[in-house]
Amino acid sequence: MNVALVKPTSDRASGESFAAARSRLPGSGVVSEVREAAFAEFSKRGLPHRRVEEWKYTDLRVMLREVAPLAVNPDEAALNRAAAAVASLDVTDTCKLVLVDGSFAPHLSDVASLEAGVRLHTLREILETADNSTRADLLRTNATSDVMVALNAAMATDGVVLGVDNGVALKRPIHIVHIATQSNAASFTRSLIKIGEGAQVTLVESFVAAPDAKSYQVHDALVSWAGDGANVHHVRLVEDARDASNISTAIVTLGAKTQFNSFSLTSGSALSRYQAFVRFGGEEAVANINGVNLLKDRQHGDTTLVLDHMVPHCDSREVFRAVVDDRAHSVFQGRINVHPDAQKTDAKMMTRALLLSDEAEADNKPELEIFADDVQCGHGATTGALDDSLLFYLRARGLPEKEAQALLIQAFVGEAMESIADEQLRETAVATAARWLATRG
Amino acid sequence: MPAELETVERVRRIDVDQYRYGFETIIESDKAPKGLSEDTVRFISAKKNEPAWMLEWRLEAFRRWQTMQEPEWARVSYPKIDYQDVYYYSAPKKKPELASLDEVDPEILKTYEKLGIPLREQEVLAGVVRPEGERRVAVDAVFDSVSVATTFQKELKEAGVIFMPISQAIREHPELVQKYLGTVVPTSDNFFATLNSAVFSDGSFVYLPPGVRCPMELSTYFRINERNTGQFERTLIIADKGAYVSYLEGCTAPQRDENQLHAAVVELVAHDDAEIKYSTVQNWYPGNSEGKGGVYNFVTKRGDCRGKNSKISWTQVETGSAITWKYPSCILRGDNSRGEFYSIAISNGFQQVDSGTKMIHLGKNTTSRIISKGIAAGKSQNTYRGLVSAHRKATGARNFTACDSLLIGDKCGAHTVPYVEAKNSSALFEHEATTSKISEDVLFYCVQRGLSQEEAVGLVVNGFVKDVLQQLPMEFAVEAQKLISISLEGSVG
Repeated sequence: MNVALVKPTSDRASGESFAAARSRLPGSGVVSEVREAAFAEFSKRGLPHRRVEEWKYTDLRVMLREVAPLAVNPDEAALNRAAAAVASLDVTDTCKLVLVDGSFAPHLSDVASLEAGVRLHTLREILETADNSTRADLLRTNATSDVMVALNAAMATDGVVLGVDNGVALKRPIHIVHIATQSNAASFTRSLIKIGEGAQVTLVESFVAAPDAKSYQVHDALVSWAGDGANVHHVRLVEDARDASNISTAIVTLGAKTQFNSFSLTSGSALSRYQAFVRFGGEEAVANINGVNLLKDRQHGDTTLVLDHMVPHCDSREVFRAVVDDRAHSVFQGRINVHPDAQKTDAKMMTRALLLSDEAEADNKPELEIFADDVQCGHGATTGALDDSLLFYLRARGLPEKEAQALLIQAFVGEAMESIADEQLRETAVATAARWLATRG
Repeated sequence: MPAELETVERVRRIDVDQYRYGFETIIESDKAPKGLSEDTVRFISAKKNEPAWMLEWRLEAFRRWQTMQEPEWARVSYPKIDYQDVYYYSAPKKKPELASLDEVDPEILKTYEKLGIPLREQEVLAGVVRPEGERRVAVDAVFDSVSVATTFQKELKEAGVIFMPISQAIREHPELVQKYLGTVVPTSDNFFATLNSAVFSDGSFVYLPPGVRCPMELSTYFRINERNTGQFERTLIIADKGAYVSYLEGCTAPQRDENQLHAAVVELVAHDDAEIKYSTVQNWYPGNSEGKGGVYNFVTKRGDCRGKNSKISWTQVETGSAITWKYPSCILRGDNSRGEFYSIAISNGFQQVDSGTKMIHLGKNTTSRIISKGIAAGKSQNTYRGLVSAHRKATGARNFTACDSLLIGDKCGAHTVPYVEAKNSSALFEHEATTSKISEDVLFYCVQRGLSQEEAVGLVVNGFVKDVLQQLPMEFAVEAQKLISISLEGSVG
């Protein structure tokens, strides 16, 4: 213990990449100052490692080693490849907003068909043109001091900035599509979404690769506010290339009486980390946060949730499932913080990991931190293999071993997927799981 | 709300008079100079007439300790400890060697009598007729830095059990001590364990030869008496093949305005088919109603299930100490070995508890069970921190964990921080945790039937901790139950 880690050379490399990238980052003046400060923070702390409690199981110094050079703005050829990736998306009938290598691509996006009551800007546009106070605020957050969020603020090139007016009920989901076309490059995006009081919104995020994009890095942040009484459905699908890395953060603030329903499915990426910070800012809000990680080969999938119950009478439910095959490694960390005034909080968290191979690994860390007494809080965590007696039952009825396993795994992840309200999205998630199972060796 | 106000009022009243063991024994004592240096280590070693290898072992630990930093990861906060402002050795002045209990300073015997500890075996020796089959307890009493009396020596010797102060064991059984000391908790283990390795003064040593079932419960009572004194006891228990022992430990200290330091190390080794049951009732002085004073309890306890089919079980009732930092753990090395951890941790006033366990599954078909009950009242913070891990070769590992926390009052906090790490697919781990307050409905039901509010809470709390109390040896269970109600007295309204 107490061993001081020598700062690896990779941090110096990212320092150089910031200097190289600086001229290509949008915004000047106060924006540059915020970026400089954020980057200074990152250089001071470096990539998080196993001695940083929040990153205990995902040591970026070992797994990511260094931050790749900033991706260049996509050219015509890159956009064409991105268009192919958009065309092959499973989710259709959404209002797509496409980010290619960290730049908004208006021609691939359904800007024209945005519904009334939705205002769209790009992060780049605001950073370059808006007044000082607005610009700098876009890159600031006080929800977390996580160093990867600071790095994101320093490097973010683009993203979507959406406003949904009070009382608007959107008919089609808004779909942010992240496409990587370049290999060995990093994209940094930050999107901000403000949902008005009583509005109803379905938000989908997809992370995909254009054909032949390899070993790239995605660094994304999503910051959203849900006004009082809003109803928000959020679905994230991570299908990045199998040698890519995806480090994403969601920062969500919920108003009074909001309904927030979030589901995240990770089947792509060699290394993925999804960290969500959800803050209950108004009473009687309800949050359901669910997720499934499907991992094989040497994939590493980390889901980290932090729920802050700041006010009384809020409910939160988390259901998380991980299916881990081959030499893959699943990590789930979930913390429920109940602050002193948050009486009558009802919070439950359940995480289960299914290990399909002897070399698979699952680490679970569900935490409760409770400072109010009149609460009902609980968490559960299980780790295990497929139940032999269930397998035997199915095989006795003539199912081949793989099929029997697939059936049980589908049921295992189904519980978390049931929470997706939108039928099309739910079916997409189920189909993704089925595809994943079909490719099991 | 009047009920809540009343609660606050009552919590406020939890004061020094709550702590029954807060008296001080005035005796002359022999102390090492204040502060810590190589000389202090040499002084302690010389006081104990230790062989050269022991001194070398201590010095090595001390040198290592100087390079280490105090850990900061636990959820406890306290002012920086000045390690130079503590006495590391204090012994009641006495004749060089004691032949019998009669030679023990009567003041000390009185202290233990006040604590209700039956040190004197005279009764038995005088032929007082005891009911057949009544359980007896052999006691080793440690007063500040030295062991003052060990009872039932003769009878234990006949059974082949070695039960003596560790300082004596170092002189009389160096081969055993050398073979086992520091093999479970190495000198380099952590800041407090390393400090203990350098300056430990006394503690108990137990060795059970193969196949011996210890004829009675063994017990040690620890008492910190001197002002500004740290207690650093070291306990080493070895159960050879097929042996069984049940060991109890109790702790108290006088009330003091300043904080006292307690950094103990307990090492258990269980060979093939052996079983060790280790129970603790920890009731160090928790500090007064303003959070002043109290014992800092930084303890490293670890059991090594070295042999096949071995079993180690930890049971603890933690009611005292201003700060508790304690994680009794099991290393399940032998195939089919089993580890158990049963804990009741109660915090009131300004107490801070960060306690839990580690179950490290290394052998095949190893099983473990963790039952932790935390009760937080007053302005206290109560944290369960635990690790369950299965290594790649630990096929068939099984764990069940249940951590429940009960909150009494709205100024306290209860936290649960479990780590569950599985590195092979045949490991089956289940963990569950809940936090809530005592249900109003249940209280109402009890009060309706004529119980007072306090009695009703006592009933509910006793039901809440029953799973753990059942694991305690009978003599301790009664004591523990009383302690729990004293600890919580006045915290409910």
